[in-house]
Parts: sequence; C-alpha cells; structure tokens
Amino acid sequence: MIKNFTKLALASGIAAAIALPSSALAEIQIGIAGPMTGPVAQYGDMQFAGARMAIEQINAEGGVNGEMLEAVEVDDVCDPKQAVTVANRLVNEGVSFVVGHLCSSSTQPASDIYEDEGILMITPASTSPAITERGYDLVFRTIGLDSMQGPVAANHLISLDPQRVAIVHDKQQYGEGIATAVRDTLEDADVNVVMFEGITAGDKDFSSLVTKLKQADVDYVYYGGYHPELGLILRQARQADLDATFMGPEGVGNKDINTIAGDAAEGLLVTLPPSFDQKAENQALVQAFQEKGEDPSGPFVLTSYTAVQLIAEGIEAAGSTDPFEVAEALREGTFETPIGTVSYDDKGDMESFEFVVYEWHADGSKTPVN
Amino acid sequence: MQDLLYFCQQLINGLTIGSTYALIAIGYTMVYGIIGMINFAHGEIYMIGAYTALIAITGLATLGIAWLPLVLLIALICAVIVSSSMGWAVERVAYRPVRGRHRLIPLISAIGMSIFLQNYVHLAQGSRNIGFPALIEGGFQFGGDDSFQMSVSWIQITIFVTTFICMTALSLFISRSRIGRACRAVSQDLGMANLLGIDTNRIISATFVIGAALAAVAGLLLGMYYGSVDPLFGFIAGLKAFTAAVLGGIGSIPGAMLGGLILGIAEAMTSGYLSGEYKDVISFSLLILILLFKPTGLLGKPEVEKI
Repeated sequence: MIKNFTKLALASGIAAAIALPSSALAEIQIGIAGPMTGPVAQYGDMQFAGARMAIEQINAEGGVNGEMLEAVEVDDVCDPKQAVTVANRLVNEGVSFVVGHLCSSSTQPASDIYEDEGILMITPASTSPAITERGYDLVFRTIGLDSMQGPVAANHLISLDPQRVAIVHDKQQYGEGIATAVRDTLEDADVNVVMFEGITAGDKDFSSLVTKLKQADVDYVYYGGYHPELGLILRQARQADLDATFMGPEGVGNKDINTIAGDAAEGLLVTLPPSFDQKAENQALVQAFQEKGEDPSGPFVLTSYTAVQLIAEGIEAAGSTDPFEVAEALREGTFETPIGTVSYDDKGDMESFEFVVYEWHADGSKTPVN
Repeated sequence: MQDLLYFCQQLINGLTIGSTYALIAIGYTMVYGIIGMINFAHGEIYMIGAYTALIAITGLATLGIAWLPLVLLIALICAVIVSSSMGWAVERVAYRPVRGRHRLIPLISAIGMSIFLQNYVHLAQGSRNIGFPALIEGGFQFGGDDSFQMSVSWIQITIFVTTFICMTALSLFISRSRIGRACRAVSQDLGMANLLGIDTNRIISATFVIGAALAAVAGLLLGMYYGSVDPLFGFIAGLKAFTAAVLGGIGSIPGAMLGGLILGIAEAMTSGYLSGEYKDVISFSLLILILLFKPTGLLGKPEVEKI
C-alpha cells in the first residue's frame, strides 16, 4: 500500500513537472502550420515569413495585453495525413491559435481537429469554399474563395472571346474546386468548354495530355492546381508546338514555375490576390521584410501577417485568450490590416476579397492585365 | 487521316515513356532473376542518376562548356558512375548481410534502403522540383497546316535510339561475354554455380551495377524529356517499372523490355482516348489480369519446383 502510494506520488510529481513549464509561461503560443518541405514548400516559406514578421513586430511593441507571442512551427508537407498529425501535435502543445494550413486538402481535415479541441484557426491561403461551409465557430481565413477567384478567371477568359477552352485539374480539393468554379461560369456564358479532365498530382509525363489538347484544337487552357505540374505541362506543350494560352490560379503563380517551364511560362495568365506589397500604406512593412532579406511580394506573405495580426487584435478586443471569445470578437469587429479592411461573415469568410489577373513572364516577373 | 496521325502521336508518346520504363525494369528483373528478391531501392537509384546528371550539367554550364555532345557524354558518365556505385553499395550494405535468410528480410531491407535514399536526397538537394535544362530541342512535324500536326521531337528520338543501343548491348553482354554467361549460370542455380568456381558474390554485384547503370541512363533521358526532378519521382517511376517487369515476366530480360513498352503504350492510349484520370487504373488492372491468367508474366518461364 505504502509502496503504491510512493509510486503514485512519484508519478504525479513527474506529471506535474512535465505540465508545469507550459502553464508557467506568460506567453501566447501561436501554431504556424504549413509546408516547410515538399513540392509546394515555396508557399510555406511565404507563410512562415509573414507570420514570423508579425509576431516579431507585435512582440517588439510589447506583445498582446502584456503577453508575448510565441510561434510553434510545424511542417504539414501539404499532405492531408501529415496535416492531421501536426494538428494533433499542436493540440498536445497546448496551442490555442493556429495560422494555417496552406493547402485546402490539409486545412480541411486539420480544421476538424481544431474545432473539436477549441482552437481558433485562420488559414492565410486555403481557398476551398468547403472549409467554411460546415458551420464551424473557430475557422477563419484571410484569403478569398474559389467561388470568388473562379469567376474572376472565367470572366477574363470570356473577355478574350475564346473559341474552344480546355480545363485541366489535379483532382485535389483546391485544383478541382477552382476548375469546377471556372467551368460553371464559362458554361453559363455559353463558352465552348471542350474538355474537363483530371491529371495525377506528382505525375511527370503529360505528353498524352498535350497531344489531346492539340487534337481538341483549343485556344485556351485553364489549369486548376499547383506549379510543379503546370510547369511541366507548359514545357511539354511548347515542345509539341501546342499553340494555346494557359491560365491558372494563385497556386501556379510562383517563380519556381520559371525554373521548370523556362521560356514556356511567358504569357501565362494567373489570378492572384492583389500585390499588397505595392500599396503605399504597406511600404514601411515591405522595408522591414527587405531588411531581413525576405521577399514580401508572394501572395501569402501579407495574408499570413494579417492572420497573426487578427489573432492579436481579436485577443485585445475580447480581453481574453479564450478562442471562442476571440472568434466572437473577430466576427463583430472591423480590422485595418495590410490586406485592407477585414470584416467577417458568420461562416468565417471575409466579406470581400479581390483577385486580379496577371500576366506571367519568363523572368519570373508579372504585370497586371486590364 | 487526322485520326491516324493522332493515333501515331499517342503511340510515339507511349513508346517513349515505355522504353524508359523498360530501361528501369531491367534492373528489377535481373536482380530478381539472380537472387530472387525485389530491389525496391532501384527507383531511388534512378532518381539519383537524374540528380547526378543535373548536377553535372549545371557544373559544366558554370565552367562554360556548352558543346552539347560533350555535355551529354560527361553528364551520362557521371550519372552512370554515381548510380552504379550506389547500386553496388546498396547491395553490400543492405542485401548481402541478409542474403539466404527468409525472403521477407531482404524485402524489408530494400524498402528501408528506398526510404533512406529518398530522404537523403531530400536533405542534400532540398525537396523542391528542380528544373532540368532542355538540352535537346526541336523535332519534326507531320501533317497539313490546318489539321492536327504530329510532332516527333529530337529528345524522343534520342530516347528510342539510346534505349535500343542499351538493350542490344545488354543482350549481347548477357549472351556472349564471360560475365554474362556466369550471370546466366548463377540465375539457374546459385549453389551449383558457386561449387563450379564462379565467384557468385562478384556476379551479384555486377548485376546490381548493370541495373543501376541502365537506370542512370533512364534518369538522364527522362530528366531532359520531362523537365524537372524531385526526390520522390524515383518512387513512382520505380513502381511503374516494377509493374512492367512483372507484366513481362519477372526474371526475363526480353520480358522487361516488352512489359515496359506495353505499359507505356497502354498509358498513352488511355490518356489519349479515355482520360488521364484512368491512366494508372488501366495499367494496374492490366497487371492484375495478367497475374490472374498468366501468373508468370508474358515471357516468364513457369518456375520448376526444385526437389
């Protein structure tokens, strides 16, 4: 009996010792979940750079209600399975706020865990409408939706008076979602969509697809997905002399597409969030990024910055670090952020978000298209 | 006419990819033929070959060497040397110590090696897709101006020709050379070959080296053809090549060639006439059908139970 008691006391002592450090810290932990490795790690870099900068600046100004922010960074490789693993890890770390994830297919399963565990999540990049359609209380985003981006892309295509359009997607939540949104808008406008087809993400050989596009004699191709595949499609299309203009969502608008596609990336049309780094009121922030040797021009840098800022302002407005109260404060308030004025609807989507069409160039630069 | 051109174009696409599957499949089938194990790390050897070629090409470009045949030759030699030594080292480290044990043990060892090599390249080269410079550009066009034009690019022709040369050289090597004869002897009966004075360890090493060298050739060719490499692409290509090897009859070298071509053409035709989404469905269904009705594969010999 006494022996058992000693064991129990020892065990509780150890358990308390393990539990102590986390509760003793006067810090607010913010999980940052996105791909640090894997095929779309570039976008993760943008996300981490933006979030780190926001945390750094907020801490330099004395933190939130006197408490410092601390980043807990995890890598989900843009893989849904990995996303669930890292979401559980954040739960175990006792994190109450998460900036992430990046890929819609990762955000979707991870958000189930956060909602169940009472963690507030703001995704700076996932555009799939399904994420906010489940009536969750704690899921927000600082980016628009496929249902906003798709029509922008489709309307631009319609203005170009296309004869025959092909739509290709990578069968993932993000790619197929946006491709479907584009197709629906095009078909409503009676545009001749001659092909709607999926490819396998991670595939390298697109010669058959390119041949098929050539046979279908299309003048425009819309691709829903990420740049590794589109880069290869562009390059293989150039090799096979396919004469069509390609268009894609922000998942392809990345300088890495130039290292894969080379000159074939010239003239690619991309819908992106507007270049927030070009706005006059953000120049001080842009300079702060440049001083750190980071590039603020990526589409998800300032959306991630904003996500952290919103969490901080939400905590201040609610006067509490309880995620439910912060969520309530976010739904009620209006916030001035580097990506503009943010206000939320009941689902956690931004009430308005603009997408702009850019033309991509072989040197990795982009120019807005009217 | 137009439909015919389209069919021919898809056939050429299929043959191109099929011939590289065949090159990789040789590695699986030779190793299986001799020691009866599946070398799952073979896809990674191919991936390492592609990376080595890319590093060599980039290195040569910074040195200012731009004469294409020289660049290709040096890249090929580097890739073959690095991949072959990898193939040799993998056999020494992961397979030889467990040879002769239960069949599952080398299999697990192979899977472990595959994971190790993948992650090694992840660490050493980063996990992003790296663009492969298009060294061989241009090609021929067939067909009228207004209708569908069939195009055969120089890189496709290079792939056919190189594959053909490698296959012929390998067949001659296996049927004529001293080591080739020893290879065949070891594959028929390892123990007996050993008793008759063949250094079986050396022959097994040679098999790994030959397979790896061919995989390196495929790595260089496919890197140029597709245009990018990443640490995971050996895994998928390895899976396809393994399917090709089983399809043709694992253990049989002509079988691997045939299996590769059939698989490549089946994939191209499925993407061309059905949808790219069903490409893998069709190729793996084909595998299941062949295994159901001809378990030894198309050209495989039924295994005689040794008593």
